[in-house]
Amino acid sequence: MPFDPLRMLQALPLVNRLPDGPYYGVLAEFATPADLYHACERVRDAGFTKWDAHTPFPVHGLEGAMGVRRSPLPWIVLGMGLLGATLGFVLQWWVHVSAYPLVISGKPFFSWPAFIPITFEVSILFAALGAVFGMLGLNRLPMHHHPLFQSKVFERASDDGFFISIESWDPRFDPSATGKLLESLGARNVELLES
Amino acid sequence: MAQTEAELLDNPVASRPTLILSSPDFHSITDVVAETVERPTPTGWWFFFIPALALLGLLGVAVSWLFWEGIGIWGLNVPVGWAWDITNFVFWVGIGHAGTLISAILFLFRQTWRTSINRAAEAMTIFAVMCALLFPGIHVGRVWVAYWMFPVPNQMGVWPNFRSPLLWDVFAVSVYGTVSVLFWYVGLIPDLATMRDRAKTRARKFAYGFFALGWRGSVRQWHHYERAYLILAALATPLVLSVHSVVSMDFAVSVLPGWHATIFPPYFVAGAIFSGFAMVLTLMVICRQAFGLEHIITLRHFDYMAKIMLLTGTMVGYAYGTEFFTAWYSGNPYEMFTFLNRAGGPYAWAYWTMISCNVISPQIFWFKRARTSIPILFVLSIVINIGMWFERFVIIVTSLHRDFLPSAWSYFRPTIWDVSCLLGSFGLFFTMFCLFVRFLPMVATAEVKTVLPQANPHWHPGPEREIHRAASRSGGAPEPAPEGAA
Repeated sequence: MPFDPLRMLQALPLVNRLPDGPYYGVLAEFATPADLYHACERVRDAGFTKWDAHTPFPVHGLEGAMGVRRSPLPWIVLGMGLLGATLGFVLQWWVHVSAYPLVISGKPFFSWPAFIPITFEVSILFAALGAVFGMLGLNRLPMHHHPLFQSKVFERASDDGFFISIESWDPRFDPSATGKLLESLGARNVELLES
Repeated sequence: MAQTEAELLDNPVASRPTLILSSPDFHSITDVVAETVERPTPTGWWFFFIPALALLGLLGVAVSWLFWEGIGIWGLNVPVGWAWDITNFVFWVGIGHAGTLISAILFLFRQTWRTSINRAAEAMTIFAVMCALLFPGIHVGRVWVAYWMFPVPNQMGVWPNFRSPLLWDVFAVSVYGTVSVLFWYVGLIPDLATMRDRAKTRARKFAYGFFALGWRGSVRQWHHYERAYLILAALATPLVLSVHSVVSMDFAVSVLPGWHATIFPPYFVAGAIFSGFAMVLTLMVICRQAFGLEHIITLRHFDYMAKIMLLTGTMVGYAYGTEFFTAWYSGNPYEMFTFLNRAGGPYAWAYWTMISCNVISPQIFWFKRARTSIPILFVLSIVINIGMWFERFVIIVTSLHRDFLPSAWSYFRPTIWDVSCLLGSFGLFFTMFCLFVRFLPMVATAEVKTVLPQANPHWHPGPEREIHRAASRSGGAPEPAPEGAA
């Protein structure tokens, strides 16, 4: 096989797999954030659960219109921050009390106020790493290959296109009826995407 | 565009300030930012890049000679054991503060004007922190044992002293560097996806695609993403304040007159923001002109930045005054001597350079005409950074050169290697910045789009769109009134 970095890249994220099926789902484009917002409310009310909207920038209130639940990310960050604080403090305590006790400027071995700056820095470091990698994990990224990337118009999702995609493993999905529903909500460019 | 830029800035009728001029659509913002990266390298870019690369080469020579010969090649000697090396360190760390201030603190305060400048300011932060980290690394003399600064288990069973502000500094600056890179990268992901989707060549598709991580701009992704961004901003805000506070404690915790002052942490943080904004301004004046981004980085942005510089410059001036008051009020003869010597001793020229650049010159920003004049802003931004470099020089060297015993007094003079290291660090900074503007989108396009009026899902469309929507919805249920439209 010839060396093809793009193909190798697509094979990378082995962990993040999508369910099997003949179709990925339908993709529909909307003209403006306002149109997308109203269409999202209707798709939500129609009872779909396995679907998503795609925008080039975060549109305010769209999570509400889609019925997305609160992100658990703050809890991950809190846990990582507390872990960092504990590790940072215990390291300093262990070094100065147990591993390498030295009297410096007449201070006691366990001079905890002097340990606070580093404890703070380490907890920020852990919390920030938790925020970034927690976000990537919750978003199932990296996922360099995805059925949505088959669509030519979907390239505009990172420029000025506003999309709704409904996945075929949603219990209410039907290849033709779901597309018609999106069309009735004002969509243009409704596409059926293969897996 | 019927109105001039100045008229738009002065418009008292507009309820919200116009941040992006000539009301573009989403696609034109993507175009104007992405094209700066996609078009062939402009000739002008080489005029900046080649001198920067030459200075970076000079840094390589200076640092190699330093490693070979030792820190005696600098003008350091007893009692001035820290001079340009630590001056440069504090100078660069200070510049590195504006990026996070713009990204994190202004984000938490919902200052949407930050969106046009935050990407470049964050990049600037990272490059400034790189320059800053260089100096403590090379100033230790025996660089091959620089790892002793880190808590690494070793065969000697020796550990660093965690009670020392110098070690706090190692942690603060390296954590700051790491978090700045994370913050910058998270902000870049959606724009890297934009670059990936526009890419025409395989190499570009691969490079941008790899780092975009397969971003699909899905609302479920944006939801976690925005939460992560908010949390990073909330973490970076106390971090940025802690970093320069810790840097100031390198001095304040010692018992040297001129360094031993409780005002140092807030005074250093104000100075850091001051110099960082000046550097952002220097770079942005050049970039907006060179890449035709005048309608995205507007005079309004410069006006706001000038106000922040006026505020922080005046705070720095207040701190200079407080230092003198404290010296007098302490009744300590050494403390009083140090400050009288600063203003009237052999380094008085440096002290008054600092005062004129940092305290007097920014007062011109009381006038709106000065805050919106590109030549004045550009010249002052450079003057301020000269002044802020001198501030660190004055604090460090004037406090050291008069030791407690007059027999040890001396006068520090830099050698050619001191100068080479300083110029070389500018080479490193500008080389990195040139590469950044060449290969990465220098404006956060996804964020700029959110400040356009039509990005609001409750935006009232024009009449022709109403007709289109009514036609497309014929037969459907009546449209529910959008919430929050009032």
